[in-house]
Amino acid sequence: MHPAPSVIIFTTLSGLGFGLLFWLGLGLPPVTGWVAFVFFAIAYALAVGGLLASTFHLGHPERALKAFTQWRTSWLSREAWTSVAALIAMALYGAGLVFFGTQWSVLGWLGAALSLLTVYSTSMIYGQLKTVPRWRTPLTPTLLLAISLAGGALLAGQITAALILLPIAAVLQVLWWVRGDNALRDSGTTMESATGLGHIGRVRAFEPPHTGTNYLLREFVHVVGRKHAIKLRVIALGLGYALPVLLLLLPFGHLIAVLAILAHLAGIAASRWLFFAEAEHVVGLYYGKR
Amino acid sequence: MTQLPERTEKKLGLVIDLDTCVGCHACVVSCKGWNTENYGAPLSDQSPYGADPSGTFLNRVHSYEVQPDQGAAQLIHFPKSCLHCEDAPCVTVCPTGASYKRTEDGIVLVNETDCIGCGLCAWACPYGARELDAAEGVMKKCTLCVDRIYNENLPEEDRLPACVRTCPAGARHFGDLGDPGSEVSQLVAERGGMDLMPEQGTKPVNKYLPPRPKDEMDHIPATAGEIDVLAPLLKPVAEEPKGFIGWLDKALEKL
Amino acid sequence: MSHRQPKIDTSPKVSDEVRKTTCYMCACRCGINVHMKDGKVAYIEGNRDHPVNRGVLCAKGSAGIMQHNAPSRLRAPLKRVGPRGSGEFEEISWNEALQIATDWLAPIRAENPEKLAFFTGRDQSQSFTSYWAQNFGTPNYAAHGGFCSVNMAAAGIYTMGGAFWEFGQPDWDHTKLFMIFGVAEDHDSNPIKMGIGKIKARGAKVIGVNPIRSGYNAVADEWVGITPGTDGLFILSLVHELLRSGSIDLDYLARYTNAPVLVNMDPKSPEYGLLMRDADGKTLVIDRKTGKLTPFDQPGVQPDLAASHRHAGVTHKPVMHLIAERYLDPQYAPEAVAERCGITADKIRIIAAELARVAFDEEIVLEQEWTDFRGETHKVMKGRPVAFHAMRGISAHSNGFQTCRALHMLQILLGSVEVPGGFRFKPPYPKPVSAHPKPHCKVTPGKPLDGPHLGFVQGPDDLALKDDGSPARIDKAFTWDNPMSAHGLMHMVISNAHAGDPYKIDTLFMYMANMAWNSTMNTRGVIDMLTDTDENGDYVIPHIIYSDAYSSEMVAYADLIFPDTTYLERHDCISLLDRPICEADAAADAIRWPVVEPDRDVRGFQSVLCDLGARLNLPGFVNGDGNQKYADYADYITNHERKPGIGPLSGWRMGEDGLTHGRGGPNAAQLDHYIENGGFCVQHIPEAASYYKPWNVAYQEWAVGLGIFDSPQHYIFDLYVEPLRRFQLAAEGHGERQPPDHLRERIRTTLDPLPIWYPPFEDERVNTDDFTVHALTQRPMAMYHSWGSQNVWLRQIHGHNPLYLPTKLWEANGFSDGDWARVTSAHGEITVPVAHMAALNENTVWTWNAIGKRKGAWALDKDAPETTKGFLLNHLIHELLPPKGDGLRWANSDPVTGQAAWFDLRVKIEKADAPSETQPSFAPIKSPVGHGPDHLEWKVGT
Repeated sequence: MHPAPSVIIFTTLSGLGFGLLFWLGLGLPPVTGWVAFVFFAIAYALAVGGLLASTFHLGHPERALKAFTQWRTSWLSREAWTSVAALIAMALYGAGLVFFGTQWSVLGWLGAALSLLTVYSTSMIYGQLKTVPRWRTPLTPTLLLAISLAGGALLAGQITAALILLPIAAVLQVLWWVRGDNALRDSGTTMESATGLGHIGRVRAFEPPHTGTNYLLREFVHVVGRKHAIKLRVIALGLGYALPVLLLLLPFGHLIAVLAILAHLAGIAASRWLFFAEAEHVVGLYYGKR
Repeated sequence: MTQLPERTEKKLGLVIDLDTCVGCHACVVSCKGWNTENYGAPLSDQSPYGADPSGTFLNRVHSYEVQPDQGAAQLIHFPKSCLHCEDAPCVTVCPTGASYKRTEDGIVLVNETDCIGCGLCAWACPYGARELDAAEGVMKKCTLCVDRIYNENLPEEDRLPACVRTCPAGARHFGDLGDPGSEVSQLVAERGGMDLMPEQGTKPVNKYLPPRPKDEMDHIPATAGEIDVLAPLLKPVAEEPKGFIGWLDKALEKL
Repeated sequence: MSHRQPKIDTSPKVSDEVRKTTCYMCACRCGINVHMKDGKVAYIEGNRDHPVNRGVLCAKGSAGIMQHNAPSRLRAPLKRVGPRGSGEFEEISWNEALQIATDWLAPIRAENPEKLAFFTGRDQSQSFTSYWAQNFGTPNYAAHGGFCSVNMAAAGIYTMGGAFWEFGQPDWDHTKLFMIFGVAEDHDSNPIKMGIGKIKARGAKVIGVNPIRSGYNAVADEWVGITPGTDGLFILSLVHELLRSGSIDLDYLARYTNAPVLVNMDPKSPEYGLLMRDADGKTLVIDRKTGKLTPFDQPGVQPDLAASHRHAGVTHKPVMHLIAERYLDPQYAPEAVAERCGITADKIRIIAAELARVAFDEEIVLEQEWTDFRGETHKVMKGRPVAFHAMRGISAHSNGFQTCRALHMLQILLGSVEVPGGFRFKPPYPKPVSAHPKPHCKVTPGKPLDGPHLGFVQGPDDLALKDDGSPARIDKAFTWDNPMSAHGLMHMVISNAHAGDPYKIDTLFMYMANMAWNSTMNTRGVIDMLTDTDENGDYVIPHIIYSDAYSSEMVAYADLIFPDTTYLERHDCISLLDRPICEADAAADAIRWPVVEPDRDVRGFQSVLCDLGARLNLPGFVNGDGNQKYADYADYITNHERKPGIGPLSGWRMGEDGLTHGRGGPNAAQLDHYIENGGFCVQHIPEAASYYKPWNVAYQEWAVGLGIFDSPQHYIFDLYVEPLRRFQLAAEGHGERQPPDHLRERIRTTLDPLPIWYPPFEDERVNTDDFTVHALTQRPMAMYHSWGSQNVWLRQIHGHNPLYLPTKLWEANGFSDGDWARVTSAHGEITVPVAHMAALNENTVWTWNAIGKRKGAWALDKDAPETTKGFLLNHLIHELLPPKGDGLRWANSDPVTGQAAWFDLRVKIEKADAPSETQPSFAPIKSPVGHGPDHLEWKVGT
């Protein structure tokens, strides 16, 4: 799949933002007033910023409201609903904290649940796709939720939670990669099943339909060099999970916290780039590519 | 709407004969022409005269080389467009309801005025049947020429998809695959019509007729041991001219 | 929630109007429906009523709209202002352009008309352009047949009075076994696809004989991956097997061919090898009933294939004897040819057996009575349901003529020509060689030529030689070098004109032929010849006039450009006098007409010739008062009569009792009738006349009625081609006109009256241990020559072309995807991208034809893939063979017809570092029309 910057930014930032909102909804940390305002501002900047970034890849963003109509079948539509619901619930809850110094706990829990649901919906946009075997696994929502929760904990200053969640996310990440590397092979979809010609012999793409490129090749066929991928995985693991954990184990300091967050963000961005770039869409088989 | 209809009255679709397709791209261009001028936005082309020309096409002809365990490799031309699946994943993922499957005939369409161009339907399609038009920002796909097949402004014989009407080799057939008595269903039954990527569970309506067995002559031994299997056909009447003239004379007598 | 869906309009208006005309996206001439919206072209589809395509249309045809609006269209007459090849022009008025041309041409005509060389490329109006050239008086006229498929055409006409494509077609409705050899895709493209579709639908079998398994060969049930240039050997081996087993149609051979005709067998006789004739010139046979000598065509005669005859001390044997002697020879046994052909002996025998089985065991019989030319009435029409087709693949070799002859002989021996299930002629064919004109070359200053330029020689007396024996024509057609060059040799014109051999010319006038790029051998050399100057700094070829609709590479090399219209803006006629579009069951002709008017200052080339012809005062183009005779081409089409009652179009002529088809006077409303009828006219052949046409009285009567012939032209097929023997006799020293000594041996060996095979000439001139690989081009189905690259829809399908390598070469050289190779021939070197293809003869490489483009041409970006990754094989092919040390340079052509031997090419392949673009690369030329837009959202209606 084409690693579109807009989608990488969207999923990375909004995942982190909704993760932070989750912890804030639980009252962790228990902040009010200006401090609460800063926390919420960061969470909204990430969540809404991510959502806005995602509209950059739309052909017709001005029709985005239509996306609320198909919640019965479409995870994208569900994501629209849950994200708006989460943002509204958390806005009210945040207003209580910032302006009234009051914690409307039930509203916070609701907002936290909706935030997680938003991350889950986002993850299911990918996790539902049979056409991308690397994504089509319960591990996909599990991983994205774990990353969101861990990143949120990091941002929310929940050091203990972060120290537990980051390693969990790292393990899930590795599991996801290991499974993913064989996912296309294990899916049973091959050039032979794609063409129905396997009964004759080995199938090889000869001439492509057009000598130039096209939307499908641009969108779905992206080949990452194996060495390059391994390097990026090491970077993602190191920056996204290991370094933040190490930094958190050091005596607390704001600079260290900021470093941990930035490292995490960079690592997750690398992981997210790989999430797309390594994902093989089965349509590539028609072009003899994977 | 993105819910699929429980059932459709007809299952209109194409049957593509891989034994006959010569790979001429007639269907590709005829489709491009009709759908540039008709249904929805034109199929645009970027860098049309430039270094990297790339346009929207709703039908493309691939070609594959298949190497049997024994014998010569075969080349198979492989046209591919929307298969109008019964369980069309492209429809259910659509957030706006722009993608839908018609109740009356099962055609999968995009209502372009509702399309936000998110591309998710193309992600969900295993066949690469959908292309986002770079100029218009909406998803384009085969309409099975819904604006031809019922069009009362066309003579009845022309109420066919443009690709079927133009196919010089007659490798494309159009009809109701939900009706077991239809010509297309008969063809599928006789020739072992197949689904593409059946494991994806999309239940494609369009079927492909596999190539007939090829190069059987390479598998007949002209002489099986001592016995000449061609003997009845190539039994020598003469090995040299003189004998031949003698045979000729006798053979002419019999005429 | 229940399913909801929007309501859509399923009956939108399709167009305001449909205008029916003829396609020109390739050479097939299909009927098209042009849908118009707001006066603009909105959509093009096939015309269901049209005899050629029956409604279907190929990719090129459907993309016509993008050709019609291509940014590469020329806009106004151009005068060169920079040096030749720079592409620097200024736009001028038509009046100025025509005045310049007149000023150049009028003195030539007055002093020496041969100083004009007029060659018209992919012209579809040859009967008109040749008429113009004839009136001008130059002997130097031809179209592109000489570098295309003249071998097939000439071999067919000389053997049986017609060949494939425009001359005839397989009996698609009845054949049970179809064997197809190499075919250029634009030669009968839709009809072949339709035919294969019909055959496949019936479950009948297709055998494809081609080094490359693409296109038709990909769908063939059996693929014969033959080594290029060996088709003739393979065919003669089939003949060997069929003769050996007596699997030939003796009755057919005796009745309808010259197999029983007697041949003089006395080596000392000046008539050695000639056919025995009576006083009227009729060939003689022995009648089996009487045992007496008799002309072949007498009522009741049963010609004897076996009996010899001794007369005045000279033994005469029937042709059949010579055939048996020749082809029963073990040199043609499958085992003897297998390795050279790249086909196993077993497979050759299996194919021979299958041909025999289908032809004789699956004979078909149509209940249709008919009467033959000897007066015998046959109750039924018996058919041998085996059909063959071939075109350029076997033609474009230096042994192509004889190979095509071999194929025609094969189908005749099987008795499958003009019978149900076999090969069928299309009117105006069958037409015996004797009914064709002979070439004419007598030049008289200020006067027309003494007759048509092109034709069919019967012997040395008909050669186009001057009194001193030197070639009369600039292309040396109809000379000892290539006596039967029925279509001329367009590929030799520029190099001969440059060399002043046989003489210098003043003006080169060309139409629709991209001679500075893909339509020539030795592209770089030809470019240099076109721009070469003499010691005074003047161009060696002083004037070049060129007409084209588009900004092709050739435009840059002309001094004066006549911009042509697109095919939707012009009048044309697809005439029975020219290259017709008939079907086996019908005569047909067609027109083009301006379905839209040009929006530029351009004119149809033929209309320009009407004007120029009048300015030059050519007899056919002025009235008695000296005024212009034909206002434009439409006027010519309507009013010209080649002879009384016969004009360019045969439909809706003015007969004695009103409108009639066939013979009749001009009808001012004729074109309107064609337009009303969908752009064409079809006249069906009566059922009793539909087969056995050369011998069928009913057919001959019908043809005479239609004006195809003035009298019945019954004839028998020439398995033995006597005119070839006449040239051999000359080479052996007989007769007045004698060949130059250096050609005697070649004429003696290659102009054999019975089909032979010899290795392609290039094989003798290069070290085949070094140049081990055969290199071919194929025309993509979605492209026509260089035209497709200016078409935005088609260039996306074929924007560049790899060189395809077979597995053996791929692995031996360690190639992998994305690699490049250096390809070297005896003549040149190219460096190009490669790709792997397993379904390919193991010693053959190939690429798509004419995809590579010159930077600056066709209104494309200079970095277009056609210029950076596309390439031409032409750089590797020379118009002359490599020197052999005899001080002479021999043409890279067939020795019989002069056909360019494109497919004889041998190369060697080495892996190379990827250059920045394909090599050789050429400097950009300045585009006279700028570049195309950077995006396109084409929609005419709203």
